[in-house]
Amino acid sequence: MLTKRIIPCLDVTLDAAGGTVVKGVEFVDLKKAGDPVDLAKRYNEQGADELVFLDITASHEGRSTMIDVIERTADEVFIPLTVGGGINSVEDVRQILRAGADKVSINTAAVKNPVFIREASTIFGSQCIVTAIDCRRNLDVENNQDKTILELEDGTLAWYEVVIYGGREPTGLDTVQWAKKVEELGSGEILLTSMNRDGTYDGFDIPITKKLSEELDIPIIASGGVGNPEHMYKGFVDGKADAGLAASIFHFGEYTVRDVKEALKAKNIPVRLYS
Amino acid sequence: MKKIVIIDYGLGNLRSVQKGLEHAGAEVLISKDPADIETADGVILPGVGAFSDAMKNIVPFLGSITDYVASGKPVLGICLGMQMLMTSSEEGGLTEGLDLVPGNVVRFPRSELKVPQMGWNSLIIEQDHPFYEGVPNGAFVYFVHSYYVDTDASHTLASCDYGIDFAASVVNSAGNVIGTQFHPEKSGDIGLKMLKNFVNMC
Repeated sequence: MLTKRIIPCLDVTLDAAGGTVVKGVEFVDLKKAGDPVDLAKRYNEQGADELVFLDITASHEGRSTMIDVIERTADEVFIPLTVGGGINSVEDVRQILRAGADKVSINTAAVKNPVFIREASTIFGSQCIVTAIDCRRNLDVENNQDKTILELEDGTLAWYEVVIYGGREPTGLDTVQWAKKVEELGSGEILLTSMNRDGTYDGFDIPITKKLSEELDIPIIASGGVGNPEHMYKGFVDGKADAGLAASIFHFGEYTVRDVKEALKAKNIPVRLYS
Repeated sequence: MKKIVIIDYGLGNLRSVQKGLEHAGAEVLISKDPADIETADGVILPGVGAFSDAMKNIVPFLGSITDYVASGKPVLGICLGMQMLMTSSEEGGLTEGLDLVPGNVVRFPRSELKVPQMGWNSLIIEQDHPFYEGVPNGAFVYFVHSYYVDTDASHTLASCDYGIDFAASVVNSAGNVIGTQFHPEKSGDIGLKMLKNFVNMC
């Protein structure tokens, strides 16, 4: 049986040491969390199913740092690596895959130029093109009847608006409609982050995760808000996600990947326990 | 030191395959030159992308691969590389493969399961073979694919359940051509063990 994947996410930014992992609360207030390659090795040993690196500086200097980090990681860690942050050309994709990444995650560039998804997936294959969608709840349903209205935990209604530039800019796009579009364009997977949950330890945003999992044929990686193994469980059972991504709970040593997997296994979620 | 040649016919991440083989103690050459195959102790046919494009790109290698296989030396096809070993594929219209292992590549049927199959699934090892020495039945390996290989039991080295039982690993009748639908170079320590087994076969 195909297992549910647990994916630690490493946010990487440039510093004098040539790359440091950081993690923020709602994308600000960054704290240093350690060397990316060391963390990647540690998570691999704990049984991580994949790793995601996000270059959150996404500058020119950041890119060469990232290439170095990918190469050093891919030389020692033999599980799938996904890299995202500032990727907006076929050449960027080529460079990152050549360095040893298996997939790239495309976010803002997909919104600005949707054809880029088609172009990249045609050249490199759908399996390596992940579209990252950041979204935020929008409670103005009255003026947005053309959007996909979902019921939140407390019964209020909301639609989920796609946001870009790390959450700084709303786009007016409906998350469900946008996700269907990127699937059509050839995206092989969706990495869904709810800004309402990112870094909060309140658990995944279930209504939007469930909706996308039900509506789409490609796998959904739930992201944003995991504070304990129970949140992962709810993401898989209530949110119907195919994979769960988390950062802080792993970086700061609250839980190992293995802790989370053992808790899931005890509740009959199929996971790959490290062998 | 064993010399392994990875055939480079275009795109994708070859670095992990290379590093995995180096980890197993082999000398690795990524090559676009068919002449390099002649001196190799083992050959890897990697693969990402679409079947018909890959078959077009492999054309310059066709003669050398056939001769190499006939010499009895080992060849490992990974993912699309395994599919290319087969008789034909229905991906992008019926296309002929290398026909080194009898069988056909077909799409997963429509079902509740998502296509591609993406992630870690467990292997049922169907035959003893040096490639699987020390690999426990039920070991988890990493798959990414929308098409699967349909072949008979004698050519199935390992199978996997994704709604249907399919050939996760194949072998030719002589035993020197093997294929893995999964990515050993992305399957952690157990995958590295298989690559080491392959190097030992060379």
